[in-house]
Amino acid sequence: MSGRLPVRKTYKLFIGGAFPRSESGRTLEAEGQNVARASRKDARDAVKAARGAFPKWSAATAYNRGQVLYRLAEMMEARSADLAATCSGEAEVEAAIDRVVWYAGWTDKLPQVLGGSNPVAGPYFNFTVPEPTGVVAIVAPDEPALLGLVTRVAPALAGGNAVVVVASETHPLAAIELAEAIATSDLPGGALNILTGQRAELAPVLAAHMDVNAIDVTGAGEGATELERLAAENVKRVVRGPADGQSPWEIQALLEFKTVWHPIGT
Amino acid sequence: MADLEKTRPPAPVPLEWEYAPAPESREIVHFQERYGLFVGGEQIEPRSGEWYSTIAPASEEHLAEIAQAREEDVDLAVQSARDAFENGWSRLPGSERAKYIFRIARILLERSREFAVAESLNSGKPIRESRDVDVPIAAAHFFYYAGWADKLEYAFPNRRPHPLGVAGQIIPWNFPLLMLAWKIAPALACGNTVVLKPSHTTPLTALLFTDVCRQAGLPPGVVNIITGDGRTGAAMVRHPGIDKIAFTGSTGVGKDIQRAIAGTGKRLTLELGGKAANIVFDDCALDQAVEGIINGIYFNQGEVCCAGSRLLVQESIYEQVIAKLKRRMSTLRVGDPLDKNTDVGAINSREQLDRITELVESGREEGAEIFQTECTLPDRGFWFAPTVFTNVAQSYRIAQEEIFGPVLSVLTFRTPEEAVEKANNTAYGLSAGVWTEKGSRILWMAERLRAGVVWGNTFNRFDPASPFGGYKESGFGREGGRHGLEAYLRFE
Amino acid sequence: MAPSANAPALPRGFELPLEPRLPRIGAIDAVALEARAGELAKRSIKKESKLAALELAVRMMDLTTLEGADTPGKVAALCSKAMRPDPSDRSIPPVAAVCVYPNLVAVAKAKLEGSTVKVASVATAFPSGQSPLDVKLADVRDAVEAGADEIDMVIDRGAFLSGRYAKVYDEIVQVKAACGDTHLKVILETGELGTYDNVRRASLLAMAAGADFIKTSTGKISPAATLPVTLCMLEAIRDVHDETGRIVGMKPAGGIRAAKQAIQYLCVLNETLGSTWMTPDLFRFGASSLLNDVLMQIRKQKTGAYQSGDYFTLD
Repeated sequence: MSGRLPVRKTYKLFIGGAFPRSESGRTLEAEGQNVARASRKDARDAVKAARGAFPKWSAATAYNRGQVLYRLAEMMEARSADLAATCSGEAEVEAAIDRVVWYAGWTDKLPQVLGGSNPVAGPYFNFTVPEPTGVVAIVAPDEPALLGLVTRVAPALAGGNAVVVVASETHPLAAIELAEAIATSDLPGGALNILTGQRAELAPVLAAHMDVNAIDVTGAGEGATELERLAAENVKRVVRGPADGQSPWEIQALLEFKTVWHPIGT
Repeated sequence: MADLEKTRPPAPVPLEWEYAPAPESREIVHFQERYGLFVGGEQIEPRSGEWYSTIAPASEEHLAEIAQAREEDVDLAVQSARDAFENGWSRLPGSERAKYIFRIARILLERSREFAVAESLNSGKPIRESRDVDVPIAAAHFFYYAGWADKLEYAFPNRRPHPLGVAGQIIPWNFPLLMLAWKIAPALACGNTVVLKPSHTTPLTALLFTDVCRQAGLPPGVVNIITGDGRTGAAMVRHPGIDKIAFTGSTGVGKDIQRAIAGTGKRLTLELGGKAANIVFDDCALDQAVEGIINGIYFNQGEVCCAGSRLLVQESIYEQVIAKLKRRMSTLRVGDPLDKNTDVGAINSREQLDRITELVESGREEGAEIFQTECTLPDRGFWFAPTVFTNVAQSYRIAQEEIFGPVLSVLTFRTPEEAVEKANNTAYGLSAGVWTEKGSRILWMAERLRAGVVWGNTFNRFDPASPFGGYKESGFGREGGRHGLEAYLRFE
Repeated sequence: MAPSANAPALPRGFELPLEPRLPRIGAIDAVALEARAGELAKRSIKKESKLAALELAVRMMDLTTLEGADTPGKVAALCSKAMRPDPSDRSIPPVAAVCVYPNLVAVAKAKLEGSTVKVASVATAFPSGQSPLDVKLADVRDAVEAGADEIDMVIDRGAFLSGRYAKVYDEIVQVKAACGDTHLKVILETGELGTYDNVRRASLLAMAAGADFIKTSTGKISPAATLPVTLCMLEAIRDVHDETGRIVGMKPAGGIRAAKQAIQYLCVLNETLGSTWMTPDLFRFGASSLLNDVLMQIRKQKTGAYQSGDYFTLD
């Protein structure tokens, strides 16, 4: 026997800023590792954590949210090597980091592009402001392993939402690695939660959950139709987008718009 | 039966509580003995061979020797900026430019205490302000504009934006680092390179900033800092290699610049003086309005272009407001800018002090009634006690001319229409304040006030996301927000 | 049954009923108020000015125990602490008062015999105030008879929040009558009032009805005392003094645990009302754990070393 025995990482869930095991005690093997197999109760807990974190995250100034996302990029950069090992390599990691920086720069500009004052015909000041929709469930795409996840998550966070992710079943390690960067990034605990396990078991729970405001079905494949049906129960916003790409309209898809009137007079 | 007239005698020995000195340590900042010009990423000796001394206005202590740039030096700087623009910066993807600017923002935040102390030493402003306002907002400007660098196509529907080239930027002494941030951040984000001249009396934080550029790995020549007086600025304005001039300073000099560039095709933005009306209605939140009046004119010793230097108070609450105002003025602490409890610091220079003194004299002569707080002013340094004039007529010089010091002129009005008329009755148009608890009236006033910034129930609020700039002789162009990008782009 | 008190003339000719008019009195801008309080909290108090403030804070303290589990033993121990906060440092003065439930007033009175420490008693169905007036007045009379030097009453928040301001006013007037010469502090329970506008209205109401002190909180709910609420109340006190010459005291209570906070409150007081109010006769801290932190800071100022809680008695 030669060489030093390494201390191997245990891959757990990421809920409320902490790394618990599944309450069910189950695991599944993926990419050569034991990964926690989340249950519906874990999903319930994740939604609770997200709802708990939402007021604080959405009330943070846009500047602060931008700084937090930039800090996430800093933490990802520091973990480049680890992240590269969980996906196709360095190029994908660099693209993911740059994507986070791109979205970090949107937080304090959205209302200037997406909202504004409206020239109504009467002595009223009228303006429209965007607001985050609330708790967003995201079914992450399988490919690209890291970039796909970041492509769907970053706009949701940039808009001020709290997120529960159903990680890719075939590539969950990238998600947990990302969770470690999140945990050191100043993002409030619960603003982003990651569930690893079986997509077919977890996604429908979130789609039917009455306290989830929107669901991103990008990674659901053929299962998307059933999720859309379940989502109707509380009129969830249903969203899907590219697994690679960036645009402020991805942020807009998870925002509500509030229009306010006030008379103008002495 | 409650006896409202019963007055209990105060306790035998109430505490007369004097705050002990609470100085911020100077040790965190190290000035070089001498600063050359920052051109092409390096400090170089001025070809002019001329140097001058920059001082701390609170004590007249010499802080460092500063280079005086002349035509030849300006030429070198412009050349360096042009090279950097052609050979790299303009061709860098926006996302890469963004990351340089994000680095600058982060480094400035990390070194914020150092910059705050340097700013207070060189400008005379209280450490509480440089620490809590100037430096944080300067860093925020870099952070905000970094995010635009790779998103310009979203800022202008159906237009294709391109950088202008080399921007020549001339900034004032009242917010040295903050004005630098307001200028450099959007210029760089839009892909330009810059030659910036800090004000003659406050070069130090700009020179320290060059070290931040170094730490950020900013390519040489993207930012060039040249120091000097008005002659250096004039040389920049004349230089054919500069595509755009951005100037913040007095209206007089602004007009000179506008004349000088006529016919040259140079782009220009001006942020000039003001004589803002701070309008207080009788249904205001009274104590908070008084705070707003105080902040409006005594923040930064009143050396603020958008200062609320004319108080327009509704006649029905005149007595109450003036009484509260004078009492509140008496609690202002005037003194050492580095003392953490100082509210009002030193005036920036002998010249500025003389200007304030002259205008205050004119107020007395023209018949206004003066009130000044009692404070012990140090014998060294440049100081002026917080001052308020009542019984002021619109025609008095103190109601017409920008004093740029801690001097408030009070006028009255009866109705909202009259308030608007009086507020707009000036060649300036930078800012205004409106104090009333009635929302509709704030909006009605905002609609009618000819000012680029209207503050409702607040004053002196600045944010990188919020466009700032003037109407009329307060200048043109906006800094901050999406609008702040315009000045630094051309469109196909 | 005491008849309703006749309304005395209020400043500037306003007459009762205040009810329809009151919601339009006393607008406060919350953002500006909180910003001003925040500015004052940033004052940097050092050296001799810090020691003076800490010593004053001790003298201003109403050492408080208001628990269902209070016993004569507990109160006696609190009184010992009140009289001699730091046995190892004789120069530390006694606190202003102890604050207890009416049942424990006699115990406190006996223990504090011969000292300058006063006995304040809560009353009027503290902390909720949700009892009929006669019960509340009996509560006050019992406490006064037992020897209380000061009464801390609660206003009827249910009445206030449903617009029955005359009832709130009336109760204070009657409690004041039942107090006789005993000092009356009126607790507004600012944490339940919802807005600073309401805090100002309640402050003016309480002062008009005869309060000697206005007090923020019972300490039983959160939020209790805060710097902005205190500033709001001090500004109301200032206005009443400007308009009538009447001097009313103020007491922030609950949530003040650190000496640093106490100093911040003193900065707010000093720069709003001035030195006249910088005395225990006009300003008190309602606190329990604050005392030890102040003692630790005093010792740190005197010795230069950071302190440990082990060296200060719990009571």
